[in-house]
Amino acid sequence: MIKKIVSILIAILATSALLVGVKDFPNWADPNQPASVHVSPRYIEKTVEETGVPNIVTAVLADYRGYDTMFETAVIFTAGVAVMMLLRRPYKK
Amino acid sequence: MWEVILSKYNYWIYAFMLMIGFYAMMAKNNLLKKLIGMNIFQWALIFYFISIGAKKGATVPIIPGVHGHHGAEHLVVHAADYVNPLPHVLMLTAIVVGVATTGIALALLIMIYRRYGTLEEDEIIEELKK
Amino acid sequence: MISRWEDIIIETISRFLVPFMQTYSLYVLAHGHGSPGGGFQGGCIFAASFVLLIIAYDIFEAKKRFSEKINGVFCALGVFIYAGIGWLCLLLGGNFLDYGKLSKILPTDPIMARYYGMAGIETGVQITVMAIMVSIFLDLVTAGRHEEAMEEEDVGSDSK
Repeated sequence: MIKKIVSILIAILATSALLVGVKDFPNWADPNQPASVHVSPRYIEKTVEETGVPNIVTAVLADYRGYDTMFETAVIFTAGVAVMMLLRRPYKK
Repeated sequence: MWEVILSKYNYWIYAFMLMIGFYAMMAKNNLLKKLIGMNIFQWALIFYFISIGAKKGATVPIIPGVHGHHGAEHLVVHAADYVNPLPHVLMLTAIVVGVATTGIALALLIMIYRRYGTLEEDEIIEELKK
Repeated sequence: MISRWEDIIIETISRFLVPFMQTYSLYVLAHGHGSPGGGFQGGCIFAASFVLLIIAYDIFEAKKRFSEKINGVFCALGVFIYAGIGWLCLLLGGNFLDYGKLSKILPTDPIMARYYGMAGIETGVQITVMAIMVSIFLDLVTAGRHEEAMEEEDVGSDSK
């Protein structure tokens, strides 16, 4: 019982430490927030004339950031190999 | 003071979900429930990142009516009409990494069960002290 | 040893549904350029069709339809296709993963060569994701002991 009360207090303290600066954050769905101003308009405007693909998410994932996707495929391959190495046992009759 | 709560309500909702996941990781006794708490924590972060990319009055980031690049000279695309695509792209990678982590964590739980015969945290600590 | 529970409605319907799921996953992969989709999503749907076979039948029947060795080859083949296309662009005189230089072997202009390069790498991603999802599921379900799971124990059919 004491463990649950202490856990609730620590969780509330940690989350309120994260929410200290909320007054300075940008509003919800603001078109001028810093995340949508620097490199993202260039991706939206130049996708069709540079790659010919209408889906902007696929063009960014496979062409502009293709290196990250290759290492992510390697990560999921490594996870499969790790599960094989941990669990398989030789069969003794 | 009400404007802070009402205009930034996405931060409050996802902070609450973070708190639920964090509490589950600390207070539960079964190892599988702690793993579910870690999963909730990770999904709260993914939702938060996707909520950053929203724009008022904008639509899905797919440009309509394009087939090949031969019609691209007459096409004018305004960046304010489409939702920011970068958080969606980065969170696709994060989701796949989360799947890989959950798979390996479940394999480790099977090995713990084989070795100790139980999945409760206090019984495992009793076994380790001997 | 896993005992077998016969149920004819579930077996028939899942056997009927599996080809449609596989065709839908190839559709999601091919239309990744014009609508939401791509390699990861198509790979997960393809793996879900195999998982449906394993859940409806038992592991012995499902392993007759795809072998474990070819699954292991597919795991590595997808990463090989992805890195192979990047290496091919390096051979043809550009940077690594610079799909514009693929227009020297494909009969299109450099901008459409980027389109086809993207389609090729999404295929590689789908193959790897499909093989790994099925492999992780089989390992977790049998707890590593594949040959013991395939010994048939005859308990007869449950009649209720």
